[in-house]
Amino acid sequence: MNAALLATGFLAAAIRISTPLLLAATGELINERAGVINLGIEGGMLAGALAAAIAAAIAGPWLGVLAALGTGMLVSALFAAVAIGARANQIITGTAITLGSVGLTGAIYRSAFGVSGPALSIPTFQAARLPLLHAIPVLGPALFEQPVLTYVGWLLIPLAGWFLFRSWWGLALRACGESPVAARAAGVPVERVRMLATVAGGALAGLAGATLVLAQVGTFAERMTAGRGFIAIAIVVLGRWRPLGVLLAALLFGAAGALQFALQAMGLAAPYQLFLALPYLVALVALAGATRKARAPAALGE
Amino acid sequence: MTRRHLLPLVTGAGALAAGFVLLGLGLALAGYDAPLAMSALWRGAFGSWDAFISATLVRAIPLICIGLGLAIAFRAGALNIGGEGQFLVAAIAATWVGLQVGGWPAPLAVTAVLAAAMLAGALWIAFPVLLKLKFGVLEVISTLLLNFVGEALVSYAVTGPLQEARHVYPASDPISVAARLPVFGGSRLHWGVVLAGIIATLLWLGFTRTAWGFRLRAVGLGSRAAATSGRIPVRRVLGSALLWSGALAGLAGGLEVSGVTYNLYQNLSPGYGFTAIAVALLARLHPFGVLATGVFFGALEAGAQGMQRDAGVPAVTVSVVEATVILIVLLVEARARSGWRFRPATELAP
Repeated sequence: MNAALLATGFLAAAIRISTPLLLAATGELINERAGVINLGIEGGMLAGALAAAIAAAIAGPWLGVLAALGTGMLVSALFAAVAIGARANQIITGTAITLGSVGLTGAIYRSAFGVSGPALSIPTFQAARLPLLHAIPVLGPALFEQPVLTYVGWLLIPLAGWFLFRSWWGLALRACGESPVAARAAGVPVERVRMLATVAGGALAGLAGATLVLAQVGTFAERMTAGRGFIAIAIVVLGRWRPLGVLLAALLFGAAGALQFALQAMGLAAPYQLFLALPYLVALVALAGATRKARAPAALGE
Repeated sequence: MTRRHLLPLVTGAGALAAGFVLLGLGLALAGYDAPLAMSALWRGAFGSWDAFISATLVRAIPLICIGLGLAIAFRAGALNIGGEGQFLVAAIAATWVGLQVGGWPAPLAVTAVLAAAMLAGALWIAFPVLLKLKFGVLEVISTLLLNFVGEALVSYAVTGPLQEARHVYPASDPISVAARLPVFGGSRLHWGVVLAGIIATLLWLGFTRTAWGFRLRAVGLGSRAAATSGRIPVRRVLGSALLWSGALAGLAGGLEVSGVTYNLYQNLSPGYGFTAIAVALLARLHPFGVLATGVFFGALEAGAQGMQRDAGVPAVTVSVVEATVILIVLLVEARARSGWRFRPATELAP
């Protein structure tokens, strides 16, 4: 295999793996900028993945996306009601939401498809070639022959940047994350802003789950998100709570995931569990390096 | 009985009732025979003396041990969400030691196994402790992430260095007989239940009668105030609370291998590390409360197995009940604003 092909394959895999992480992390970024740390996005992602699988099997991939968005919003609305409405501890609330999602998705999946699950036949998103751009050597086929949802993830980055740092609503949202007291004094309805931010973040978590099913794996499996929601939280820290940083950090994790395929292609024999553990280890090292360098929203988790 | 004592009991009972109603409704909606499933759940947990002793109590032991550890950490405002990983890594250590101590006298062998497990659990959380104290990394995220690394390690151990001699199954060989905890005649209940009771008593004394318990509470109620007082070494209190919680989760893993399974395999834990969060919270971090809620959630786990066996309902469904209980307890606590509340120790003195 020649080097150019290998590089293209590696990059394409890295981007494919990074997309659900990017979407979930963008959602978590919006949450955290509003002062909400939502560990429930792992659950929202998982629930979104199941909803996407079922809806897509019935009515095609686009309805799968819609179902995942709605499910993610529903799950995060429950989080918002408890953690923001009643001001319960956000971290424990998020953990409980994720725990419940694991149970619920497992039960629904098994009751709908049986224990072994006669392999769901799900229509998936095929790669969409962007005209001209895909012809760029090496990079073209890697970057611009991706499923539509990848492009959606990329488009959301400048959009989130504009919203957070250039719009009045973004300013209000960041004020809720920095100093809710001051925001309230300025007339910002803090609780409502935080709830809306949480639900918007939940929609993106659901979309991340849909991407996992419809554009990466092609089927649903119990606990299939396997901590990707938690890695998304690490990505937000590593990206220093900025959209562009989140994009780069998500790509780093995509690369860590793609390393498995690259090393196998190069004939390197290492226990596959090492590669399973790699993204989590990368996340820990990244957190150690990034936490003190970046300042979190001052009222995060309060 | 004062209102202070009554509220948690009423909350707890209400939360559990709500959880079960929700479970029944969900089962009916999903098309299961809900009454059959609920009665199977009851029979699996309390249906007979043997079900209670050999299923419910056996499952309560790891939940109590991990839950007691979480009570230590949560009291200090340190959120260890990595009990699952600490449990699993400790089980690896326990299995490895259990395979080596063939010729040893039994008490020594068992002690070695359990000590190794506690050490492994503490070491597994030492890394997040270091990251927190040196780099300010939230222990919530680091302990969570290490759960997945722990799972990968078990998977590696049972297909690699610890795989059984014939290299067919993803499981270890059984540990030597000397390393096994004795069981109470005729049942599957092992001596770990006594150990759990002793630890709960020690912790109760520690929480209520010692300076250590006072420092934990002081840090948990406000780490900045505690640091400002100048008399409380906040970082050391936080670090040791987390290390102890890791050690107790590790002990749970050691007891599971030495008293129940006698070997290591994948999916050794049905999520004990997460269920223990509900155990500790519902008990309001009180050690004797943990004994009670641990038995209760042990019954739930045992009942879940019965439900899967007799009514075809996946056992994982009961985690919906656990999640409901946690959420309702949180809601009521937040509403009542009385008694104990979470104040995560994010502000660390330099």
